[in-house]
Amino acid sequence: MTDTSEIIPVLVSLLAPFNPENKALSEVTDIPAELNIDSVGVLDFIMEVEDHFDIEIPMNAVANIRTIGELAAYVQSQLNKG
Amino acid sequence: MVDLLEKHKGIADRFQRMVDMGINGLGVTNDKMISPTRAMVGGREILLAGTNNYMGITFDPRCIAAGQKALAEYGTGTTGSRIANGSFAMHKELEKELAGFLNLQHCVVFTTGYQANLGMLSGLAGPKDTIYLDADSHSSIYDGCTLSGAKLVRFRHNDAADLDKRLSRSEDTEGGRLVVLEGIYSMLGDRAPLKDFVELKKKHEFQLLVDDAHSFGVLGPNGRGLGDEAGLEEHVDFVVGTFSKSVGAIGGFGAGNHPLFETLRYAMRPYMFTASSSPASIATSIAALQVLKAEPERRARLWANSEQLYKGLKGLGFEMGTDQVSPVIAVKMPDELSTIVKWNALFQGGVYVNMAVPPGTPNRMCLLRCSVSAAHTPEDINRIIGIFKDVVAA
Repeated sequence: MTDTSEIIPVLVSLLAPFNPENKALSEVTDIPAELNIDSVGVLDFIMEVEDHFDIEIPMNAVANIRTIGELAAYVQSQLNKG
Repeated sequence: MVDLLEKHKGIADRFQRMVDMGINGLGVTNDKMISPTRAMVGGREILLAGTNNYMGITFDPRCIAAGQKALAEYGTGTTGSRIANGSFAMHKELEKELAGFLNLQHCVVFTTGYQANLGMLSGLAGPKDTIYLDADSHSSIYDGCTLSGAKLVRFRHNDAADLDKRLSRSEDTEGGRLVVLEGIYSMLGDRAPLKDFVELKKKHEFQLLVDDAHSFGVLGPNGRGLGDEAGLEEHVDFVVGTFSKSVGAIGGFGAGNHPLFETLRYAMRPYMFTASSSPASIATSIAALQVLKAEPERRARLWANSEQLYKGLKGLGFEMGTDQVSPVIAVKMPDELSTIVKWNALFQGGVYVNMAVPPGTPNRMCLLRCSVSAAHTPEDINRIIGIFKDVVAA
């Protein structure tokens, strides 16, 4: 079992290239709104997450994910499925 | 009350900045069209280098005559969809002509190219299926995928190894799998390495769709698109295209050899629930196809012009969108502000190109995007290069 507390720091580091102003990130950070990432940027970031964890995050699922915590929970569900 | 338009405030501010800096690059209005490569805008003659008019066919007298005849004989519009009263004999004739041109058995015509992708993708894939789409896909592909309700997996641009990895992650899916590529990608002008993607069919089960919007009439010895150029047409299950570029009209098509292909007519909402193409547009498309078949020298001129412009711009030291020469030629700019400034300078210099900024571009690039026409003369191309030298390179 992988815990979200282990996943969140990884997501924060993967978000670094999308966070040029180096804003403080946490579980409750709203990724597109607070980092001002456009729709394509979010999808590019999701690809990095998919490859890091070797999981699939369909675009359909991304529509329901706003915060780092929500993404961590989704990643956890995929990791535990395998 | 939540104001519904408030969410677009950011777009409004960004747009206003563009207007404040000069002309609205996203809203240029042609007051009069002089030729496929010239327009009058605000009292000035502008050399057009961003119209996707690849074959320069929009003023061909044969196409104009065909359109005028259809307008007189069939009226201004069809007033109905293809599955109601909107199927005219000429729609069927165009489908037959196109199928023949593509060397495929079936072809369905749509009212716009955008709807062709919406219709084909939503007709082919459903909620149990998975669509794998290239990250740089056109918006009509993204929107068609969304309309389908299928699971959507995005792969890295032009990267067959990346698609291989993603296909492997869900090998046991119960539904069908569709991979979507483009012949020539609209922003950078690069093309899908079809051979690499076709190779994956040996390892994974999927059907393949190629959107030849920018490559129909342009690529291949017969102008049939990416599959024709690569000699791999038999591995492409479905082809999508548009009439608004090489054909110089408006409309789109989907084509293939599948024995159930014709049933898509009753499964594609963007085909069923919109009025069919107007008689004039269909007639000019039929005439244009005949011109394309009869005059392959247009394609040769297009490629010569593309080589000349690409080499000219690269020679000025610009960073180009891709190493591959195609009729879509993009110059990379450092940021949105400089793109707006240089676009305005080009326009003031008398040339229109496309201003392309995120999120409409891959990897948040800012581009001055040119598209070449067979109707450009070598002197036109030199003039475009000269204006870039004077105002962009300066």
